[in-house]
Amino acid sequence: MPRRYQTPALSTYPESCAYPQDMTDHDHSHDHHHDHSELSETELRVRALETILTEKGYVEPAALDAIIQAYETKIGPHNGAQVVAKAWTDPAFKKALLDDASKAVGALGHVGRTGDHLVAVENTPQRHNMVVCTLCSCYPWEMLGLPPVWYKAAPYRSRAVKDPRGVLADFGISVPKDTEIRVWDSTAETRFLVLPMRPAGTEGWSEQQLADLVTRDSMIGTGFPKTPGAPS
Amino acid sequence: MNGVHDMGGMDGFGKVEPEPNEPVFHETWEGRVMAMTRAMGAAGAFNIDVSRFYRESLPPTVYMTSSYYKKWFLGLEDSLLARGFIDGDEVKQGHAATPAKELKRGPFKLGDVERIMTRGSFARAAQAPAKFKAGDRVRAKNINPVTHTRLPRYVRGHVGTIERHHGCHVFPDTASKDAGEHPTWLYTVVFDGAELWGPDADPTVKVSIDAFEPYLERV
Repeated sequence: MPRRYQTPALSTYPESCAYPQDMTDHDHSHDHHHDHSELSETELRVRALETILTEKGYVEPAALDAIIQAYETKIGPHNGAQVVAKAWTDPAFKKALLDDASKAVGALGHVGRTGDHLVAVENTPQRHNMVVCTLCSCYPWEMLGLPPVWYKAAPYRSRAVKDPRGVLADFGISVPKDTEIRVWDSTAETRFLVLPMRPAGTEGWSEQQLADLVTRDSMIGTGFPKTPGAPS
Repeated sequence: MNGVHDMGGMDGFGKVEPEPNEPVFHETWEGRVMAMTRAMGAAGAFNIDVSRFYRESLPPTVYMTSSYYKKWFLGLEDSLLARGFIDGDEVKQGHAATPAKELKRGPFKLGDVERIMTRGSFARAAQAPAKFKAGDRVRAKNINPVTHTRLPRYVRGHVGTIERHHGCHVFPDTASKDAGEHPTWLYTVVFDGAELWGPDADPTVKVSIDAFEPYLERV
């Protein structure tokens, strides 16, 4: 495999976690003078590659724009939240979702589309589910949008399978000590959506009201839905 | 391959740090890299397993010190160079200088966007009966291929239980080498925390992976 870049010394490892410092590959690098030259290099290389691919006729820039726009504006956790809220209010849908999530979600016109092999896993007082991809970043894009940086970064990927309660503590939450913690490592093309428990005090709420309580992290298993009445 | 991407169970990376109100992309170029990768994959320049293998094959220090989309960029550029869709002079000049190579599914155009918004299916017709059923005890094989595999190191040699099966799927270990799809059965296999991490493990923890049949042997 070709290697056209210098391998940096390991001592340049920039941080303990979260988003590597080269996130400051800024378009607006006014406040990052110290690393401007190195960082804008990435942006220049990306632009150069897009120019080459466009000039060779491989891709249409408008098609790239449309992909980006879809993930910035259309596809996000609100999709999954609709599915969860429906499962909370419609027992037949919930059963269908747990039996075959791809089929159940596919039948919901307003949520739109999902690929094959979506699996919904239900949180109960006896079991809390968490989803990780230790090998890369597999994530149910159609339900939740693109994954957050922490989901793709080493601290979560390394520790979720070994110390899930410690990871939950990083998110400021805990589950009862006798509750089973089930970690789903997405190692194939199966995608997992956590069905969180419906918050108490929401009897009679509409699907839309309930959907507003469903957070992205509650569908990954690293958070809970919002509590009714609590400031968001 | 036993690369640094295979992170399950490693220590020392510190706390998980969620970013409040995180944007979809932190930089404009990240979106371009994501979109180019999706587009070139959809056009047939590489399959998903190939693209993962290129990212895993980045030198460990590069992998560890590059942001997520920087890794995608490096993997994309490497794969397009290796497959002859672009060449090194073009990269240096920032412009096309050689004729385009034919893409399996043709150029990626605006009209193609809709179809990639739904994940492709990796399910295939069964080639043979399934060897295992729910409830069977299986051991994850101790295999250490230097090529792409989806069997993480932390389960190798450990015994778990087949919980469900997902039908037959493209086998990443061969697809990543362009050596064919070799559809094979896929199972969710669940392991007790203590089986993976020893007697000090949290007794309430269970971990599952999705394992292709060739990764498993009956206990």
